[in-house]
Parts: sequence; C-alpha cells; structure tokens
Amino acid sequence: MPLNKVWVYAEANGDKVTTATLELLTKAREIASTVEAVYAGSAGDAVATQVGEYGATTLYVIDPGKALPGQVAASALAKLVGEQSPDAVLFVQSYDGRDAMARLSVKLDRPVLTNGFTLAADAKVQFGTAVFGGTQLVDAEYTDDGVALIGVRPKSFTAEPSGGGAASVVSADTGDAGRAAEATVLEVFEEEQTGPKLEEAAVVVSGGRGIGAAENYKPLVEELAKALKGAFGASRAIVDAGWVPYALQVGQTGKTVKPKVYVALGISGATQHMVGMKNSDNIIAVNKDAEAPIFGIADLGIVGDVHKVVPALIEAIKSKS
Amino acid sequence: MHVAVCVKQIPDPAVPGALNDDHTLKREGKLILDESDSYGVEMALQLVDAAGGGEVTLLSMAPNGEVSGLRTALAMGAAKAILVSDPECPGTDALGTAKVLAKCVERAGGVDLLLTATESSDGYTGTVPAQVAELLDWPALTFAKHIEVADGKVTIQRQTETGYDVVQASLPAVVSVTAGVVEPRYPSFKGIMAAKNKPVDQATAADLGLSGQVGWSGARQTITNVAQAPARQAGEKIEDDGTGFEKIVGFLENLKVI
Repeated sequence: MPLNKVWVYAEANGDKVTTATLELLTKAREIASTVEAVYAGSAGDAVATQVGEYGATTLYVIDPGKALPGQVAASALAKLVGEQSPDAVLFVQSYDGRDAMARLSVKLDRPVLTNGFTLAADAKVQFGTAVFGGTQLVDAEYTDDGVALIGVRPKSFTAEPSGGGAASVVSADTGDAGRAAEATVLEVFEEEQTGPKLEEAAVVVSGGRGIGAAENYKPLVEELAKALKGAFGASRAIVDAGWVPYALQVGQTGKTVKPKVYVALGISGATQHMVGMKNSDNIIAVNKDAEAPIFGIADLGIVGDVHKVVPALIEAIKSKS
Repeated sequence: MHVAVCVKQIPDPAVPGALNDDHTLKREGKLILDESDSYGVEMALQLVDAAGGGEVTLLSMAPNGEVSGLRTALAMGAAKAILVSDPECPGTDALGTAKVLAKCVERAGGVDLLLTATESSDGYTGTVPAQVAELLDWPALTFAKHIEVADGKVTIQRQTETGYDVVQASLPAVVSVTAGVVEPRYPSFKGIMAAKNKPVDQATAADLGLSGQVGWSGARQTITNVAQAPARQAGEKIEDDGTGFEKIVGFLENLKVI
C-alpha cells in the first residue's frame, strides 16, 4: 500500500452514516493499509458498526455537545492528527465536512485540496478535480510533506463493503475549541421528505429558469419527479432567484448527482450546472431554445415548451401505472 | 453595527474561462462582482438598517487593482472597501485567501459581523468562511438561509440535508449566506455616481504582514497535469410537434423506468 494511514471524517444523518462517507472509506482502503474514521456526534456505536463494514478499524468519537459538530471537531482532530500522524484526512465536500476541514486547515496551517473527483497515491496523495464545468481535468499534489487535507465530492467513488467488523470506539477529547464552540444548535427542523433523496434517487427531475415562475416548480418539476418515483432538483438560477432552497441545487456550487435518468426542464445548461449532472447514465432535456447547451449532452432533447410537454408527459406516465 | 462583507471579483462566468501557463485562472479582463456575494452585500445593508445605523465595509483580494466589482457593491450602498492587490497574490489558495481576509477584518477595525457567500463561483472551495473565523477565533455560522441580529447575538437558519437548524452565537461572528437568501437591490443612478467617490483602501500582502504566505509558495501545492475531459455525445434532438412527450415516454420505457 502506498500510504500507511488514512482517516475519513465520517458523517451521519441521525444514526445512519452518509453514503458519501462510505464512498470515501472504500477509496481509502485502496490507497492505505490502515483506514480509520473520526466522527463528531452522539451515535458513536451505530456509526462504528457501519464504518467498520466499510473498512475502518478504529472510530474516534468526538462529543460536540450542542455545538455545530463540524466547527468543534477540528480542535479534537488537530490533537489527534498530532498524536497519530495520518498521511491524509478525507472529508466529504458537505456542509459539516467543509466546516471541519476549514477549521483544521488553520489549526495545522495545512492547505486544503477541495472538490476532488479522483484520488490515488504513490509516495504522495495524487488528487484530481475538474474545472470549467467539468470540461478540464486538473491533477494536483502537495509540494511539501505533512498531512493531506482533502475534500471529495459525493458520487466520485462507488461504496463497497469490506465485510469488516465494527470499528473499535475511542473517545476523543474536544479540548478547547475556542469561540468556535459558541455556535450552538438551538433547534432542529426536519422538513417532511417524500420520495428518495436527491443524491440517491434513480431518477432526478430538475427545473431551471425556463419553467417561468416559482409557482410552476411544484406542478411541473415536483409532480414529474413524483410520477417517476424520483427526486427533484434545481439549477442555480432558480435557487439564486429564491424560488427553491439551496439544498435542491445541482451543480458546481451544489450537489453532484449521477442517476439512471436525469430530466432537465427549462435548464439551458450553464457549465456550473452541467458539472453536477453530466455523469448521469441518461439525460433528457426539454427547452424552448434549440441552441441551449444542455442539448449538447442530452441523449434525448425535446425542443419545446415545458408547459405543454411536461403536463402531457405526467398524464401519460400516470395512465400507465 | 459595523458589518464587513467578503466580496470576490471574478471573470464573467458567461465567458468561457481559460488558464494561464502557470495554471492560474486568467483574470486579465474586466472582473465583475461574484453574484454569490451580492446576497451578502444586500443582507449586510438590511442588517445595518434594522440595527438603526452603522456601515458596511467590503473586503476583497484581486489582481491589478481591479475595482469594477467593488464599485457595483459600493453602488448598492456599502460605505467603503479594502482591496488587497499584489503581484505576489496570483496562485493564492483558500487558506492564503483566508489569511488575507482575516487581516482585512482587523484592518477594517471594530467589525461586529462578517458576511460571506458559502463559496465563490470560480474557486468554490467552500472553506474560506470557516478558515477566516478560525484565524480570528470567531464562531462561524455557515450556510445561512435566514439571519437575525439582536442583543449582541446572531441567529441563523442553517441549511441541512433534511431541513434546517436554528444556530446562534454571540458577536463578533462570521456568517456565510446561501444564494437567494435576500433579493439584491439594483444600484440606483445616484448610488452609481456616489460609488465613484467612495474610499477604496488598497493594501499589499506585505502591508498585512503576509509576505510569503500568499501566491503559489504559500499554497504549497502544484498542478501536475491539465487534460481535456472526455466529451459526452449528444443524442437525438427533436422539435416538439405536440407529441414530444411520447418520445420521452418511449425513452423511459426502454430504460424500464416506467
């Protein structure tokens, strides 16, 4: 193995480890002889079982109390990295992952390599990302020694279990996180979710500016997604316009999806959007503008009005089921 | 209340980007205010209004003394700007950028709240807000979709995968705001005229005591290869004649999705 020890910053929703975490553990097994995980939260035992199945032998558990986990994890991580000297710490490019990676980067005065799509190692970590809407691939590496801090976009690797037993749990000392610990979670609101998650759905339907108005999102995008038992997403344009929340954004500054079928409704196909969906197995696009760049990557492109095509499509699908 | 906002001036995203020989992004042309940052500027102006007074200071780093993006934000209503522009800066990574911005916060003086976007549209590491916070030893409330300031505390709704969390910290603090959080105002003609005379305090990395910590040497990383990604082939494209939906049905049936 090229590397001795690689850590993964594990995240969970409740007591379920995120798929993106499992993807990182799978890749870590490929490049390091020892894989360990670090987790900040209250579901340590459940997380230990799941990360163990994907190859982590030890799970360091940090108790964030009521603080935002990613914000306080860094002080514990900095201490652990000092004691255990991993070659690299891998983070999911998520909300909490970015917080933890950023704080740790300052504590250790180490640069971060972010938005990774590929990862390999010989003596050093070889990191790959993409720029200009995924049209150019860029490889990078550190010019000095020291721990590599790497952010990886979800869906970059396929999660495969190793069949390992539960990781042994080691409690980690948070130490003094300074004023970072002041960011306190007062309340948690779970929005009712129907259907599959955006990153995990086999079908994703997204809407863009071409749907015309915020009130058209539900009847066109959400309803088609529902008819196809899929998830719904959005282009940056309508997130910026405040039509739908940021959590639905697919693209460079949003989520990466890789469904079996991606349906783009009224999305022109800015490079910012394409980088988040162009690796979908099949792409269908409906857009009024025949010159829209989205047609350049669509397997099936319909030049037409979403307000005519989509309601007819929803009816046709419903009549079949 | 004194609110500082980190703003980035970027090449127009509508124009295809290109890399220089040293793999930095070409930034020679006119730079514009990153749209992601317009939400922070608007939010800052609204928070200052709600607090009954104060001002908004812009913090930025850009090559060649570029100010056109800053003028846009000044025209929206920000009072002044600090611009770090230095031949040493190209190649600066996220950590180096955060060091520059943290020094700018200190240079601005008396900042109660620092607003940022969640990530820039060109570099998009998404780490700078929390890095700046750590450098200043301030709390960071990231990915805010709603912000309130009262009694020396800032309270936000923080975007999560399943909804949102209500998160609070005392000031001074860093808050990163998601796009769409407020509707950025268009600069008025009066605002545009006034912006021409608003102060832009220009500084170098050395002025901030950061010589050697910015640029490629500070970044401690190198680009080993740049290659064209394999292009995806376009498939069938048809004009809708009223039966376009049937094509989609057929396509989905073939894939056994329906």
